[in-house]
Amino acid sequence: MDVIALAWWQLSLAALMVVALAGCTAVARLGMGKTLLIAAARTVIQLALVGLVLEALFAAARLHWVALMALAMLLIAGREVMARQKRRLLGGWAFGIGTLSMFLSSFTVAVLTLTLIIGPEPWYRPQYAIPLLGMMLGNTMTGVALALDRLTDTAWRQRAVIENRLMLGERWQEAIGDIRREAMRSGLMPMINAMAAAGVVSLPGMMTGQILAGTSPGLAVKYQILIMFTITLGTGFGTLAAVAAGSRRLFDGRERLRLDRLSAPRG
Amino acid sequence: MLANDSLRLEGLVIGELSGVDLTIAPGEILCLAGASGSGKSRLLRAVADLEPHDGEVWLGETAQSSVSGHTWRARVMLVPAESQWWADTVGEHFLEDQADAGDLEALGFAPEVLGWEVNRLSSGEKQRLALLRAVSREPAALLLDEPTANLDEATTRRVEAWLTTRIRERGWPVLWVAHDPGQIARVATRHRRLFDGRLQVVEEGAWT
Repeated sequence: MDVIALAWWQLSLAALMVVALAGCTAVARLGMGKTLLIAAARTVIQLALVGLVLEALFAAARLHWVALMALAMLLIAGREVMARQKRRLLGGWAFGIGTLSMFLSSFTVAVLTLTLIIGPEPWYRPQYAIPLLGMMLGNTMTGVALALDRLTDTAWRQRAVIENRLMLGERWQEAIGDIRREAMRSGLMPMINAMAAAGVVSLPGMMTGQILAGTSPGLAVKYQILIMFTITLGTGFGTLAAVAAGSRRLFDGRERLRLDRLSAPRG
Repeated sequence: MLANDSLRLEGLVIGELSGVDLTIAPGEILCLAGASGSGKSRLLRAVADLEPHDGEVWLGETAQSSVSGHTWRARVMLVPAESQWWADTVGEHFLEDQADAGDLEALGFAPEVLGWEVNRLSSGEKQRLALLRAVSREPAALLLDEPTANLDEATTRRVEAWLTTRIRERGWPVLWVAHDPGQIARVATRHRRLFDGRLQVVEEGAWT
């Protein structure tokens, strides 16, 4: 079964309805009409550009182009992780720790999934590799950003507790242990919740897409399960690595709490 | 168990303070006074190695920089002016079986206090229990930051008596930040004042 083609004029009908919604919000004086239209325009432009890039990438299907695309996605995700933290580690550590932990977890899990489980020919075939990595990075990014933000913010607010524990002769790992566990939990929770609600509350986007594209629901479900698992693995290991490295960086070689290594919150 | 190590500060530099040299003999209580903001607490934090600083601190033959941070702080224990409690009950903050019933009684507590919720404690109770929590870990030197600030007169006397007895028994060198001239007269072996970034010797009866 082929997918029914969509023409641009058909999309413009949907766009017209968005404009109508913007008109309604303007009438209701929500002050959101402009933001809504700009966001809608960004969707069109960004997705159209990505479409062009993917078309070219799929046509070329060369390992170095796929790797370059993956690297660009990773760096953008790393920047996003940094931007989402209220108090971030200074000196490039916020970016470095976030990016490295996402690289270690997402790339390892993606490569293993491609080579051992899905097994396309060649293994880096962009039709499989790029969407898989994209979904993993998107979720890992959220988990890592949440966990690091929680870690640095809680350490800041509970500095007196951490230091009092240090005064009693505890190691830095014990002194920040509770905070570290809390941070790891907050990074893992969204994915656990998503798995628990999958199919009951929401039909996952990828599965819906595959079904729309003509895949049988049985196969779409298998892919969705695989994706949920790989996302959980990527998010989980990424979060654990980021929090472990981030909490180490909050202490110096003498196991002193060094909050001067955090930036002041913006705004 | 008698520790015979003295605590020696050698050219300690932190914040406004420069080149602090000081030796506290085993069992000696050196009281430290000075206006608020003169750097008393920071000095204690430097001795406990909680803040980056210059200079060296010795406990007997052991240099601060030669052992790991947590090892040093387990030996040279700082009790802050305001104690922090992170678990739900008092007992969870003590190492196993370390809260001695005799000590609890000396500080005015029944043994049941270990099962109390931390939320129920008054600031004075917290302060006394924080002292016991630190002392029961058997350090080798004590740094006390206004240990009786939240206590009434009678309890202050009680805590002073308990602390000084314990300090003499164990032979700990002690750096004790205090404001009250009466207290200094009761507990101090020696008395120094922080002024203008320097340690000044205070003559007998010279404080105001």
